[in-house]
Amino acid sequence: MRLTDLTLKELWHRKSQLTSGLLAITLGIGVIVGIRTISVVSEKAIAVNLDNLGANILVLPQAASVDNYYSADIDAPTFPESYVEKIVISTLPGVDNMSPKLTRRVNIGAYKIVLTGILPKSEIASKPIWQQGGLVGNQVIASCAPKPGSKPAKYLNPKLQRKGIDNLAMSDCFIGSAVAQKLSLKEQSKLTIEGKEFTIVKVLPETGTIDDDRVFANLHTVQALLGTGEQISAIEIMGCCSEISDGLLSKLRNVLPDTRITTISQIVSTQIETNRMMNRLSLVFLIIVLIVGGISIGNFMWANVNERKKEIGILRMIGYHKRHIYYLLVLKALIMGIIGGIAGFIFGTLVAVWLGPKFIGIEVSPIYMYLLLSIALSMLISVVGSIIPAYMAGKIEPFSNMQED
Amino acid sequence: MLIQIKDLTKTYLRHDGAINAVDNLSLEIPKGSFVTITGPSGSGKTTLLLILGGLLKPTAGKMSCDNQELNLQKEEEMATFRSNHVGYVMQSFALIPYLTAVENITIALNVKGKNNSQLRALELLKWVGLEDRTSHYPKELSAGQQQRVAIARALANNPDLLLADEPTGNLDPKLSLEILEMLKDINQKQGTTVIMVTHSPMAAEYGNTKIQLDNGKINNL
Repeated sequence: MRLTDLTLKELWHRKSQLTSGLLAITLGIGVIVGIRTISVVSEKAIAVNLDNLGANILVLPQAASVDNYYSADIDAPTFPESYVEKIVISTLPGVDNMSPKLTRRVNIGAYKIVLTGILPKSEIASKPIWQQGGLVGNQVIASCAPKPGSKPAKYLNPKLQRKGIDNLAMSDCFIGSAVAQKLSLKEQSKLTIEGKEFTIVKVLPETGTIDDDRVFANLHTVQALLGTGEQISAIEIMGCCSEISDGLLSKLRNVLPDTRITTISQIVSTQIETNRMMNRLSLVFLIIVLIVGGISIGNFMWANVNERKKEIGILRMIGYHKRHIYYLLVLKALIMGIIGGIAGFIFGTLVAVWLGPKFIGIEVSPIYMYLLLSIALSMLISVVGSIIPAYMAGKIEPFSNMQED
Repeated sequence: MLIQIKDLTKTYLRHDGAINAVDNLSLEIPKGSFVTITGPSGSGKTTLLLILGGLLKPTAGKMSCDNQELNLQKEEEMATFRSNHVGYVMQSFALIPYLTAVENITIALNVKGKNNSQLRALELLKWVGLEDRTSHYPKELSAGQQQRVAIARALANNPDLLLADEPTGNLDPKLSLEILEMLKDINQKQGTTVIMVTHSPMAAEYGNTKIQLDNGKINNL
């Protein structure tokens, strides 16, 4: 009979006490796991949302107007295309995709349209320096969003459409719905702009924004057409929401000090605030659980030691040392920690999976990494809470078993 | 094991003053003795037994085993002394309630990290006549059977000294006789020194050395 077997036998012998002793720690760990699971899934959902929105940070020349985020690039002054490379070289975390643009108003017959030169993803991917920056293969999904192949968090807004364009040949273009309507154009029609003929490969769906009046063509074609050289009027950046909250904008300003950098502030700030609140809430609960859980386990162990005075006295009588008694109590605390951690994880995850869709409209999946963290936290609380009871148990005299109840 | 105690005193401090439960007591117990300690309640019998068994620190005095002085104030040294040399049989049996008969013995064997502890425990249970009760919990055993398990546990590590505190106190006369015969057997066949505290004159007769205590002093030897 080893001390481990003795501990397991004692736990089984007093299983109803064990259940009540574990209640506080299970609930505590459960609450933290629940909040953190919803919080993390929510952050991912926000990331997916921002990803679906497309770019959420706009780099403009210093003199540009930023009254309207969606039209700020139109007729804006220009800056060198090499600024894109500056951002890539800086390897700032949270910059997940970039799209340099050159935008000008041009006339097609009697109509004024907005011509926007963009760099399609296929060209972005082919640039060696972009590959060095680690952006290739990572371009269209924010770093805090679920990895491709994993079950994505569902953000229930079907209107959100991805704006990235995968391929765009030098003489191809995409047109907005208003342009198509005004000029009676369809896919595969030809469109001549400033003397150059383009093939319309796609008519974009209506968005209700200035984009409906845009014609998107390859950046380098537009640069040649407008005679601007390697100049651009804006860089759209898809930034990861959590990095934005951690000061991505100011870091970008340090990299490009002579530019104006703005974001879709009203969207991002609300989401960031929600995330911050969830993180603060889980921190508050963590502190409460550490204190309440520690006291609860300490109280349970204290009662357990008092109840086992005779048993401990017997063990001391037959020659067990103090260190063996400490071992018994700490081992028991560790086992309770493991059970409490697992139970807390299951409880918290079930609650999160159940409440997530009801309250914040997101489908929540278990985060299995939290199982290990729950167990570790629960074991820590249990052991810390058991230090004083174990110390007192070591002081029990070996003749305690002879004392009357 | 030759046990010598010299000027042993144990003082308890109470609200109405200090009381010497054992009062400046000197004694020599030769190897293989069967010592019985009697005396009225509060005479210091159990206190003396606890000190002899390394369970209680004396206030003053010395104790040596086989001419080797023990440091009675060092708890861990005394724990090693207890596991190596002493077996205990208590009036209340002192068995762990959630361990079976055999487990109550192996837990004592384990303290010394012995191999084949299960085999040794089964042998001991057979010796005390409980080979058919190995998997029984203490509550499933009679008082006499529980005391026999306690004796088997006390013998687990082949002690030089067996201490018994009122071992027949909770037993009827027939069972008492059985247990006393068992202790006598251990003393005579294994050469183990037995020190027994008892109120019973009949049990006291088993001793070849009989000590009578009164107010912590030897009244009669």
